[in-house]
Amino acid sequence: MARADVVDWARDLYEDLDFTSARRWLSEHPGLRAGGYLPVYVPRELLHASGFLPVGIHGGGDRIEIIRGDAFYQSYICHLPRSVIELAQSGRLDFLSAVLFPSTCDVIRNLSGMWKLLYPDTYVRYLDVPQVSDPRSAADFWEAELRHLLRELGEVSGRPATDDVLRETLGLYNETRAMVRTLYDVRRERPWDVPTEELYVLLRAGELVPPEEFLVRARAYLAAVEAEPRRPRDNSRVVIVGAFCEQPPLGLIKSIERAGCYIVDDDFVLGNRFLTRDVPLDGDPVRALAGAFVRNDLRTSVLFEPDALGKRRLMKERVAAATADGIIFAAPSFCDPALLDQPMLRGGAEQAGIPCIAFKYAENSGQFQQFREQAGTFADSIKLWGAA
Amino acid sequence: MAEAMKDRSMLLQKEMIAEHFARLERAPETREPVVYTFVPGNLTELIRSFGALPVLPEINALQSGMRKQSGDFIAEAERAGHSEDVCTYVKCDIGMMRSGNIGPTGTKLPKPDLLLLSYTGCYTFMKWFELLREEYECPTVMFHVPYQGDGRLEPEHRAYMLRQLREQVIPALERATGRAYDEEQLRARLVLSAQAEDDLVAVLQSAKRRPSPIDGYFGTVYYVGPVFSAFRGTEEGVAYYRALREEIEERAAAGLGPLTPDGPLNDQKYRLVVEGPPNWTHFRDFWKMFADEKAVVVASTYTKVGGTYDFGFRHDPADPLGTLADYASGCYTNLNLPSRVEMLAHYIREYEADGFLINSVKSCNSFSAGQLMILREVEKRTGIPGAFIESDLVDPRYFSAANIKNRLESYFQMIDARRLGKTA
Repeated sequence: MARADVVDWARDLYEDLDFTSARRWLSEHPGLRAGGYLPVYVPRELLHASGFLPVGIHGGGDRIEIIRGDAFYQSYICHLPRSVIELAQSGRLDFLSAVLFPSTCDVIRNLSGMWKLLYPDTYVRYLDVPQVSDPRSAADFWEAELRHLLRELGEVSGRPATDDVLRETLGLYNETRAMVRTLYDVRRERPWDVPTEELYVLLRAGELVPPEEFLVRARAYLAAVEAEPRRPRDNSRVVIVGAFCEQPPLGLIKSIERAGCYIVDDDFVLGNRFLTRDVPLDGDPVRALAGAFVRNDLRTSVLFEPDALGKRRLMKERVAAATADGIIFAAPSFCDPALLDQPMLRGGAEQAGIPCIAFKYAENSGQFQQFREQAGTFADSIKLWGAA
Repeated sequence: MAEAMKDRSMLLQKEMIAEHFARLERAPETREPVVYTFVPGNLTELIRSFGALPVLPEINALQSGMRKQSGDFIAEAERAGHSEDVCTYVKCDIGMMRSGNIGPTGTKLPKPDLLLLSYTGCYTFMKWFELLREEYECPTVMFHVPYQGDGRLEPEHRAYMLRQLREQVIPALERATGRAYDEEQLRARLVLSAQAEDDLVAVLQSAKRRPSPIDGYFGTVYYVGPVFSAFRGTEEGVAYYRALREEIEERAAAGLGPLTPDGPLNDQKYRLVVEGPPNWTHFRDFWKMFADEKAVVVASTYTKVGGTYDFGFRHDPADPLGTLADYASGCYTNLNLPSRVEMLAHYIREYEADGFLINSVKSCNSFSAGQLMILREVEKRTGIPGAFIESDLVDPRYFSAANIKNRLESYFQMIDARRLGKTA
């Protein structure tokens, strides 16, 4: 399969706000269900093992006109929930039997209650992840939450997950996370070969299809990348920070790249690699999944940072790991997690002498000239003065 | 503007607060430990049982707002890189700290010995203390209160909170204060809490009378002050609520309404329920807009962010840690939207309200996200149309007096029209 075939397949899925592929999957799998989830992290393994197709709900981006959604939200609330409501109120999400709302922020939390009121026939669960630093207490809490969710998902689907099925699913998701890590590694090493505008749509497609299908396409993409190496350009290497929930429009990603930046690390669609290590496949699978979350070393705005110096160090560590030249703080407007974190993260970056710029976007931002100019100036300044 | 008229209880509270802040100012010399924490889910009795003094940053921020200091503090924080999009309580607090940490009463606030992050019903709290931790370089302990996503406190959530109290919070308080946990001391304080809570509920429920002897929003933010902050579980708190109850009962017996800053509101034309926090920078102007129209608020949800006592909860000395978990879980912003809708509909029915109003504040997504949905649901359940206005907590730039007044006047005209329609 050629690179263009995979990218076209992924882009078609990304652009399809009628969720045609998920609906087709449901019609081809009678008796099974589809379960949606909002960003950032949900244990999608539990959906999969309980007979659901996990479907990432990332809003409508710049591809949907908001008519009903604005009637639900004031102007000072971020854009994502209004496009999610728009999708739902227009019937585009009526194929979902369950929707999971993780503890990303108060907006997504309150959206869970709105869903309960609007769609009483849909299973709705708000997932409060543990925020305590004591690993035993955190693991016990999260295990109980996972068992509760697993039990109820089984009741909704009529296919309660056995330990064996769950173990199989954990293995499958270990593979998908390993694949995402590989894609990120290759991009970090050779960003000219894996442009983010391609990687991003591939990851978004992975939110809409069964993990097995994502793996097939991702392997094909990697093979095509190896078969068709491209020539590097004299671009600056940047990390994009803050875009973990409401996603930027694809045009914004393209604008940054075309302005002379190689994106070598980012927060896009972060839930697909939230667990940084494999979940052990021996022992009790629910306990194993809970333990993997607690032992996880990903540091993100949606989790409490127990280390007093953690925020200050984080950008230096990420830039070093990605061998980046600078950071673009790109946060959605009115995004509490990203914007409240930004002074701490940027302070740490600047203390470490890392060049930074910041701007805000909305998922439906339509004018990219300003971003392109900012990113271009930033890339130029890094090249001109970065080594000084 | 004429000097604001004040009840006896307000003057008593002012003395209590002044004394508390004076003690805080002396804390570096007296060596009284200081614990910063938040209003929702606060563990005041536990903190006090260790001989520590609580500091509530939201209370400082709102008082800075009332004293017209918040605008400068917010500007200071924004100059330091804090976004214009985020909570103005946080920016007010950070700006105050960067401006010398002089509290709202004009006394210097001490540095915390511990940041007790009662993470209850508000995501911003987590970031707020991460930010303060950078400034103060002091220990932080998390008390994670799971959200009531399904409208109830799950047994496993209660167990999680109890474990945190035993294994994390109490040891952190022991380290910060140098004192051992004393459960009998805690029980004694919880007895005092329950006494004060009984009197507070009697005051809140007095608004069922006609005329209402209290304003359940503007007046009640003063009434809940001590029990939401430093005075739960104290003798001063008990004395305050006893005096407050007597004051309100006297007023009710005389058939009088509440005292507003511009005079008594005995002639009450509209009875309202209000959802959302008030604007603090123009608090008196805001209240006057209601009083001028002879509108009294009979119940509000904001006055339940520090506890939903009028639904029966009392701190229980027989189960000292369990009751703290129950308390924290039940605070208003920790309740899901269906529960909030139910509470508002209940207030409208129980307090025989003519209307309800949502004051949506820009700063607070915990309240604001979903309020337009709440408006519709409450209208549907009660048959009473609601009103929706927008302002902010402590950012003076977001208070448009003319706009709000215009909306309120239109709303009251609509209530009049409905009344005429009913009687026609």
